Amino acid sequence: MTYYSILSYKNVVREEKAELPACFADLNLNQVINAITSKKEEYYLKPFFYAPLRDIETIRYRHEVMRDMEGEMLMAHIRAFAEKMVLVRRYLALVEKLDFNYHKKGWFLEAALVYCDAVTDLARDLSLAEIKSRGFLAFREYVLSYVRSRGFESLAAEARKVKAGLSSVKYSVVIQLGKFSVKKFEGETDYSVEVETTFEKFKQGAVKDYRLDLYKGSGMNHIEAQILDFVARLYPEKFAALDHFYGGHSQFVDETIRIFDREIQFYVAYLEHIADFKRQGLVFCYPQVSVASRDVYDHDGFDLALAYTLLNTEKPVICNDFYLKVPERIIVVTGPNQGGKTTFARTFGQLHYLASLGCPVPGSEAQLFLFDQIFTHFEKEEDIRNLRGKLQDDLVRIHGILARATPDSILIMNEIFASTTLKDAIFLSKEIMARVMELNLLCVWVTFIDELAALSEKTISMVSTVLPENPALRTFKIVRKPADGLAYALSLAEKHRLTYAQIKERIKL
Amino acid sequence: MKVFLMHRERDSDPKQKLPPNKAALTQDLELITLFNAMALGDKFLFEVANQVVLSSLDEPDAIRYRQDILKDCLKNAAIVREIYQIPIQSIQNKQKHWLGIFSQYPGGILSSAISLLQMFVGLLRKLKQIADEHADEFESEGFKRFFAMIQQELSDDYFSVVENHLKELRFRKGVLFSAELGNGNEGVNYILRKANHRGRNWVKRVLSRKSPVYSFTLHPRDDHGARALGELKDRGINLVANAVAQSADHIDSFLTALRLELAFYIGCLNLAEQLAPMGEPIAFPAAVDSSERRHAFTGLYDICLALTMKKKVVGNDVNADGRELVIITGANQGGKSTFLRSIGLAQLMMQSGMFVPAESFSANVCTGLFTHYKREEDTSMKSGKLDEELSRMSVIVDNITPNSLMLLNESFAATNEREGSEIARQITCALLDGRIKVFFVTHQYELAHGFHDKKMDNAIFLRAERKADGGRTFKVIEGKPLQTSYGKDLYHKVFGTDE
Repeated sequence: MTYYSILSYKNVVREEKAELPACFADLNLNQVINAITSKKEEYYLKPFFYAPLRDIETIRYRHEVMRDMEGEMLMAHIRAFAEKMVLVRRYLALVEKLDFNYHKKGWFLEAALVYCDAVTDLARDLSLAEIKSRGFLAFREYVLSYVRSRGFESLAAEARKVKAGLSSVKYSVVIQLGKFSVKKFEGETDYSVEVETTFEKFKQGAVKDYRLDLYKGSGMNHIEAQILDFVARLYPEKFAALDHFYGGHSQFVDETIRIFDREIQFYVAYLEHIADFKRQGLVFCYPQVSVASRDVYDHDGFDLALAYTLLNTEKPVICNDFYLKVPERIIVVTGPNQGGKTTFARTFGQLHYLASLGCPVPGSEAQLFLFDQIFTHFEKEEDIRNLRGKLQDDLVRIHGILARATPDSILIMNEIFASTTLKDAIFLSKEIMARVMELNLLCVWVTFIDELAALSEKTISMVSTVLPENPALRTFKIVRKPADGLAYALSLAEKHRLTYAQIKERIKL
Repeated sequence: MKVFLMHRERDSDPKQKLPPNKAALTQDLELITLFNAMALGDKFLFEVANQVVLSSLDEPDAIRYRQDILKDCLKNAAIVREIYQIPIQSIQNKQKHWLGIFSQYPGGILSSAISLLQMFVGLLRKLKQIADEHADEFESEGFKRFFAMIQQELSDDYFSVVENHLKELRFRKGVLFSAELGNGNEGVNYILRKANHRGRNWVKRVLSRKSPVYSFTLHPRDDHGARALGELKDRGINLVANAVAQSADHIDSFLTALRLELAFYIGCLNLAEQLAPMGEPIAFPAAVDSSERRHAFTGLYDICLALTMKKKVVGNDVNADGRELVIITGANQGGKSTFLRSIGLAQLMMQSGMFVPAESFSANVCTGLFTHYKREEDTSMKSGKLDEELSRMSVIVDNITPNSLMLLNESFAATNEREGSEIARQITCALLDGRIKVFFVTHQYELAHGFHDKKMDNAIFLRAERKADGGRTFKVIEGKPLQTSYGKDLYHKVFGTDE
């Protein structure tokens, strides 16, 4: 198989969209994608995440690569490779800025050394790695033939030789007032060690480090440059070799390697992001995807954006299940406020979006639909002085959505009409629901209107629940059942887990 | 060189985490009064007292180590206070002469470190002199080790080596260092060197050898170059400046540690010197392992009450060895709370290595001390009073471990007696099952009587003593719970009415 890209089995020229999909804000997908890409700014990964797919074969191709990347060894190898490539770019950028001859050439040599290292290690690691994906198998072939090419071999050998020569150089400097001298080093003893030994006995644990950070990154002043020139005069052959190397290898980074280095970060970024959640016991799965079947389900799913904000807090992430079996198309969510209804709706949208990128999704098992568009309508906290204007805006927006939606679209409605009168809300909701059913949209509808839940065979009811013992406590569980608002009293002690049996459980002997 | 006067084998850690219930302990046991008495207005002494008293030792042996040192301090108070002045002197010298390492550059770091070291050497000589003169008068393991260390490490020879270095490090002739080529051919591994031939003309000798030498003299008006050369010199002396500055810091830390570790004992001296004139006794407690159940004392008094009243207060004698549940009932304002506080204070003081306010005292150490007191005010509007009490109790249960000591003061009484007693009963039973020693002050008859009827071997019942005429002695004596609390008495007294 010919290697084209680690993101696709086909040789397609993808256009990179930098534009945020419309559903991003309501579904908090902007938070999710920002979190995923924030530590990888230099790869400019967002366009990859802004391009959902409806091509099942490409999604499978990505699943295979992602599964390979889940192997810790392969992930570690790719990370090591990426870190080196970062250095290569940093050094080459530095070379452009520097002024002094041997300083510039010195950094050029470093860049080449790191690049050779990166590619050689990657080739070796891939040839030993257990890989199954079409993507990695094809890429491995490419890299192996590249490292065996004459051009690469000579680059690597010469770079190592020149470096070895320069590393063996050792010189001494004597500084007097307004004057300095340079000579070869002649084995004089280390004075710092003597001073340290004298005061050794007072050591009290960590104290401030007074060493000045010597690494300034770029720049060498004319005194240092002068010293380097003197050193070059002390060791002429070693510097002649450097001149030769610089002349012979101006563009050494391979284009396919360069693109791979960026594209593979799509997988790294996603897997690194979900690793934190996995450590907390949350699960992810590779969903079955379909453009035909309207049966969808997910077990133990959760809102990835919320889970991210709950990281490093004591609060647990609550997982929820859902399923829709034809002819069911619409999940109507009711129940107490702050019970996780909106989160549930977002989760439904996020799962479908992430599935369309070819990523594993929150949940233990999932089947999801490959949509053409996701539409969302979330009630915004608005200026209540202009209720009539707001209702009108809402209706205009919903009308627009329904006009653009196709039977392949997904719609997420959240607490619309919450600020109109009940009578109006019921009337409008029923009207719109009828249109949604007519369009046969896959839909999640969060509402306070119980009647919507049992409108037809297409709707199912799910309810946010509370602890039966203490209605003040939300479980954030959304379960499939008819709407009810049961509340149970509970003794205070039990609530505080202070009954005899509860305390015995809590105090560990 | 380590001070090791607080722990046998480690430094005192001023940042050691205090127990999560430190605020409750401080409030319920009125610890601020104790810390103020130890500090006598000195902020640092206050902080140290606060830190040490709240971070209990839980090994009897570690407690005895401090007790012995404290006994030495009580015996040689003047000498100990003189030693304590040495780190204080260091702080004053630094302030007076602006000593300290403030420079960002190796050259500046080096010269200020040298000045600092010269000042420290003077103080260390003084410490050595005290050790030479008084070491014999101390008996504790801790002080003996401390003085022996001073005498061994700070010999006259050592002082002369140090002073020689301080002279050489001024680099009057020039600086010699080696370097290598690092990444990008930038100089790395700058190491200060001592020329193979020392002597006044070492620079000349180094440069006149046979191998080639390239020299460069700066144009007198090349300011930029002069600065660059200065920077280069700084790189050369970077490591040695670091070594010298760190040495200065280490000695500074040693003096800081000395101040920190002595501060606790100075606080104890201050405290003892206030109790003596009142005629209040102090005793070194016998601490036994946390797995045992011991609590026996005579003349145990509430030290905070004594310090506040500035006079001798009532002490109690109780033998509760082998008991795990102590229920204290009886008259309001009869000394129940004072008694409970004296139990908590003595436990904390014992486990910090202090003397305790009693004629004699022995107890098992506890792995944690917890207090749950009825709070007068409900600070949060959200939760009712019982809800608030229960939520505090729940936090305690989160943190409590077997062999802890739990002090409950009128807890769970914010509801009717039957319910309150039931909640309290369940909590107490579960704590006892968790091998936690419980002292419970209550006026809830249902609760106290219920436990009394069980005839438990491991329980003891105490009562605030009431004289036949209704007057109070503020003494707590052994006795079973009585049906009436004495609120009525109080009512009559306050309202000036007769029964």
